[in-house]
Amino acid sequence: MDAVTVEHLSKRYGATLAVDDIGFRIARGATVGLLGGNGAGKTTTIAMLLGLLIPSAGQIRVLGVDMARDRFTALARMNFSSPYVALPSRLTVAEILRVYGHLYGVPRLEQRIRTLAEELDLTALLRQPSGQLSAGQKTRVALAKALINRPEVLLLDEPTASLDPDTGDWVRTWLERYRDESGCAMLLASHNMAEVERLCDDVLMMKQGRVVDRGSPAALLARYGRDDMEDVFLDIARDRRAMGARP
Amino acid sequence: MSGPARRIWGLLYRHLALYRRSWPRLLELAYWPVLQMLIWGFTARFLAARLAAAPGGGPHEAGLAAAALLGGVLLWEVALRGQMGVAIAFMEELWSRNLAHIFVSPLRPVELVAGLLAMSFVRVLAGVGPAILVAFVLYHFNLFMLGPVIVLFFANLMVMGWAVALGVVSLILRHGAGAEALAWSVLFGLTPFAAVFYPVSVLPAPMRAVAFLVPASHVFEGMRAALLGGRVLWGQLGWASGLNLLWIGAAVALFAWQFRGARRRGALLGAGE
Repeated sequence: MDAVTVEHLSKRYGATLAVDDIGFRIARGATVGLLGGNGAGKTTTIAMLLGLLIPSAGQIRVLGVDMARDRFTALARMNFSSPYVALPSRLTVAEILRVYGHLYGVPRLEQRIRTLAEELDLTALLRQPSGQLSAGQKTRVALAKALINRPEVLLLDEPTASLDPDTGDWVRTWLERYRDESGCAMLLASHNMAEVERLCDDVLMMKQGRVVDRGSPAALLARYGRDDMEDVFLDIARDRRAMGARP
Repeated sequence: MSGPARRIWGLLYRHLALYRRSWPRLLELAYWPVLQMLIWGFTARFLAARLAAAPGGGPHEAGLAAAALLGGVLLWEVALRGQMGVAIAFMEELWSRNLAHIFVSPLRPVELVAGLLAMSFVRVLAGVGPAILVAFVLYHFNLFMLGPVIVLFFANLMVMGWAVALGVVSLILRHGAGAEALAWSVLFGLTPFAAVFYPVSVLPAPMRAVAFLVPASHVFEGMRAALLGGRVLWGQLGWASGLNLLWIGAAVALFAWQFRGARRRGALLGAGE
């Protein structure tokens, strides 16, 4: 069984079709990348997967659960991280993890917080208010929050945005390790093409709400005759067609 | 702890942790209720002295009039603090731009509401408690002389405040942070109809009709009867409780409707703007 199944998913805001009849699957232990320019529909898609947004049409199943009928059962086994959604800045790192540990019903919570703090190098920061941390430290806290319930499905919206290359690499390594050890399925929205090439088994290229191309990074590179994903991204954004599609 | 109880505790813990490390927030809890009590306490003392010295007046009547005034001030603070407690707890999530994390957790909307109400209860205790103490120490007014019925007065006023607050939260979900100002002002608008300091009978007929629908007006009629005549007006309490059931039911339905509407419009994505 796939961890995530999306079929004929659409979202309409008045006359605007933000997401237009898309479908994809994420196998357990796989990472799928969601690529596209601003306004392509990536955030809308993630919001629908999280139950923040009610689709206009289509079906989403996460871990076998129909999100339209019983999203809370699935949400307990999922999590989400985005640098664009803040965590309470006056609470300490330990308090934030405690809050979310309770919300997600994490057993042996204090032990889990200690383990995560050790693994993500947060032990020295546990008593510090999150508002006083650097961008890199905040990203590690957001990651700890996202992993507090040992999620089986993890949705990541630009997890390394605004991080220096060293910290970004550290986060990517950590995500790879967690996925490989836990079998977690990941959906990654990112503008960092090197990150997508490194982490993703499959990539969905979105434009104007539609999935306009898909495939593994290697397959996309071959199809567009390019050496890196950035050029593939630009080809799609500028309506240059894949080599196989040329007459 | 069961799943729902643990999630509600998680939300409550988030706010308690916030208050623990923010002295301005702690100060704000009791500042207005104590200030109100100081101002109205001296006013009541002055009026009681004049009344006691007036022809036909006496110390007993003056004392009862002052008690009715102070009782009104303290009990109205329960409704005000109850309403603000819910609205401010919700707005703390807006201000910290944390709502999306809350809404993608397994916390059900009904548990979110329960957590906000629990935090409001804590705020009422922390805010009105010191004012009750000030009334007792400075003006020798003991609110608990009303007897066990005080619990029902408290409960009814708090529930009325919650109903108004859920209406405010619903408006914030619908109109965004622009509706925040209502959190501080909306219940003050009901004060003329709540009959806090005067009986409903002094109101003009059209205002009496509105006052009848306000649970607080029945509570304050009951409070004055208990203070001045030592009687419990169970009929008034019944009306207050019935109206509260009606209003809180309507407020929860409005919240559920607006929450679903916000999920449909995508308003939860940018909540806080």
